[in-house]
Amino acid sequence: MKFATTVIIGAGQSGLAMSRHLTDRSIDHVVLERGEVANSWRTERWDSLRLLTPNWQSRLPGYAYQGDDPDGFMSMPEVVRFLQRYAEVSNAPVETGTLVTRVWPLDAGYAVSTNQGAWRCRALVIASGACNIAATPSLSAGLPHEVASLTPMQYRNPDLLPEGGVMIVGASASGIQLAREIRASGRRVVLSVGEHVRMPRTYRGRDIQWWMDAIGAMDVRYDAIEDIERARHLPSPQLVGTAERETIDLNSLRKAGVEFMGRLVGLNDGKAHFSGSLANFCALADLKMNRLLASIDEWVSSSGLADRFPAPQRYQPTVVDPQTKLSLDLNDGIGTFIWATGYRADYSWLDVPVLDRKGRIRHDGGVISAPGMYVMGLPFMRRRKSSFIDGAGDDAADLAAHLSLGLTRAAA
Amino acid sequence: MTMTTTISPVAKADNGVNVSALLSARQALEQAPQAAQFKWRASCAWLNGTHSRSVIGNFFGLGAEQSRNKTFTVEADHPQVFASEDNAPTPVELVLSGLASCLTAGVAAVAQRRGIQLHSVKATLEADMDIQGILGMDDEVRNGFGAIRIHFDIQANATEDEIKALVAQSQKRSAVFDIITNPTSVFVTVN
Ligand SMILES: Cc1cc2nc3c(=O)[nH]c(=O)nc-3n(C[C@H](O)[C@H](O)[C@H](O)COP(=O)(O)OP(=O)(O)OC[C@H]3O[C@@H](n4cnc5c(N)ncnc54)[C@H](O)[C@@H]3O)c2cc1C
Repeated sequence: MKFATTVIIGAGQSGLAMSRHLTDRSIDHVVLERGEVANSWRTERWDSLRLLTPNWQSRLPGYAYQGDDPDGFMSMPEVVRFLQRYAEVSNAPVETGTLVTRVWPLDAGYAVSTNQGAWRCRALVIASGACNIAATPSLSAGLPHEVASLTPMQYRNPDLLPEGGVMIVGASASGIQLAREIRASGRRVVLSVGEHVRMPRTYRGRDIQWWMDAIGAMDVRYDAIEDIERARHLPSPQLVGTAERETIDLNSLRKAGVEFMGRLVGLNDGKAHFSGSLANFCALADLKMNRLLASIDEWVSSSGLADRFPAPQRYQPTVVDPQTKLSLDLNDGIGTFIWATGYRADYSWLDVPVLDRKGRIRHDGGVISAPGMYVMGLPFMRRRKSSFIDGAGDDAADLAAHLSLGLTRAAA
Repeated sequence: MTMTTTISPVAKADNGVNVSALLSARQALEQAPQAAQFKWRASCAWLNGTHSRSVIGNFFGLGAEQSRNKTFTVEADHPQVFASEDNAPTPVELVLSGLASCLTAGVAAVAQRRGIQLHSVKATLEADMDIQGILGMDDEVRNGFGAIRIHFDIQANATEDEIKALVAQSQKRSAVFDIITNPTSVFVTVN
C-alpha cells in the first residue's frame, strides 16, 4: 500500500484547486483521477457547449484566464486546455487513469483502493464532482421502447438523434440550451417546464455574472442564509454562453417555435401527462428574476454609481398559453426524450457512513464528520459559487486550512 | 463578546399562524421522516337523491392516530337545473372551496414567515366545465374542469411583487393545488 498524507479524488477544478493549496502548505498528497485532468469536461458534455460563466470568471488559486477575450465563453476544448495547463503550472501530483473503487476507514485515516493499487492516507478530499450521474425521475421507466431515451451526458448534437421530434424534460441551463440547439436544427421540440430560474444574459450593460459577482451574491456563505437546503437544490439558471451574448428564456424559445408543457407527471399507454402548474412556475421565475434585478438596482444606487450604468429595465413576463395541453401522444412524432432533470454525485465507492437517507454526503461547509474527510464542489457547499469554477479557490483555501490544522492537532 | 439581537421577521407580523411551530415540526421530521406519513379520511352517506353527507373526524399522522374532540359534517347536493333539490353545494364547488381554502391558508402562512402583515385576503374562483362529459354525450370531453381561474385580492403591508410572490409560493406548497394539477391514482373497493 502506497502512502500519501492526503488523497484527493478527482482532477477537475475542485481537486486541482485543493492540490494547489496543499502544495502551498507543503502537505504531501496525490490526486487520483480515473480519466485525464478535466475528465468531466472532456467526456460528459455536448459538442456545442460553452461555459455560461465568462472567461474572466475562470479564476483559480494562482491562475486565471489570460486571453484577449475576457467577456467570452470557453468552449469545452478550451476549458480542458485551461485546466490541463493549471495542473501543469501547479505541478499537481495527478495519477491519471486511476479509478477509485473503495474508500474505507482505518485507525488514523483511510484506505483507498483503485484499479492501480491501494493507497493509505490520513486525510481525504472528495473532489469527484457533483454531476457524475444524470438524475432521471422514476417515471422515466414508463417510456415506450420505441422512443429513445437520452441524458445531456449522452447527447452530443442534433444530427446524432433518432428521427422525429424531441421531448426535453427540464428547463434549466442544460434543458433550454438543448431545446434551442435542437429546435434550430429544424426539429420539433417540446419542452416540459417545472421550477426554473430565469435570468437575462446582460443587464444594465454588464453580464449578469458580473453583477452577481459585484453585489457579492456569489460570495454569500452557506451559514448566512435561512433555507440552505432549498438554496442547495435550486435549478441552474437559464443562461447560455454565446458570442452574441444572447438571452435565452421561455419567451425566446417560444419565438423560435419550441412548444411548452408543464412538469412531466406521468408516462403511460404511450402518452405523457403534464402538470397544470406551468403558469405558477413561470410566475415564480419572473418574480425571482425581478428580485435579483431589484437587488442589482439597489446596489447601484446605494453605491452612488447610477450614472455609470444604463437605466434599470424589466423584461416581458413569461408568456403562458392558456390552451397549454396536459397530455401528449408519443406516437404523434416524438422520437426522443432527453432527461435534462439534473445531475447527482456517485458515492457508490464510499464505504464510510457519511451519507444521508437520500445518499447525499452530510457535511458542514465541506467538512465531513468523519475525521480528516472533506468534500468539494457541491452546490452552495460553503458559498453560492462553490459549484462553479470561480468558487473552487476560496473553498479550497478554507478547507486546506482546516485539514492542515487537523493534521497538526493529530500529531501533537 | 458582543451580543446582537435581531428582530425575527416572524415577530413583526401577526396573521394568527404559528410559523415557529411549523418550522420546528419540519426540523423534527427531518430526524424522523416516517412521522411525516399522514392519512386523511372522510366517510360519506347517501341521504336521498343526489344529497349526501360526509363526516370527517380522525386522521393519522406523526406516527399515531389523531383524534379530534369533534367531527365535522359536509353536505353536498346538485342544483335544481340538474333536477335536484339544491340542499347543499355541488361536489365540484366543494373542490373549488377546498382549493381556495388551501391557497388562502398558504398565503397566511407564507406571509407570516416573511413578516408580512395581512389585512384582508379574498379569493374568487371560477371553473369551466363542459357537461357533455358527465352526461356521456361526447367521449372527447372530459368530466372535470377544463380550467380554473382564481383571482386574489389581498391587502397587506407589502409591495405588489411581494404579494404576488406570496400567492405564487402558496401555490407551490399547496396540497390541493397539487391534487388538482397533477394526476393521483384512485382505488375503489366495494362491500
Ligand atoms: C453541463 C454543465 C455545464 C456547466 N457549466 C459551468 C459553467 O459554465 N461555469 C462554471 O463555473 N461551472 C459550470 N458547471 C459546474 C461545474 O463547474 C462543473 O460541474 C465542474 O465539472 C465541477 O468541477 P469539479 O472539479 O467539482 O468536478 P468534476 O469536474 O466533475 O471533476 C471530478 C473528477 O473526479 C473524477 N472522478 C469521479 N469519480 C472518480 C473515482 N471514483 N475515481 C477517480 N476519479 C473519479 C472525474 O473523472 C472527474 O475528472 C457546469 C456543469 C455541468 C454539468
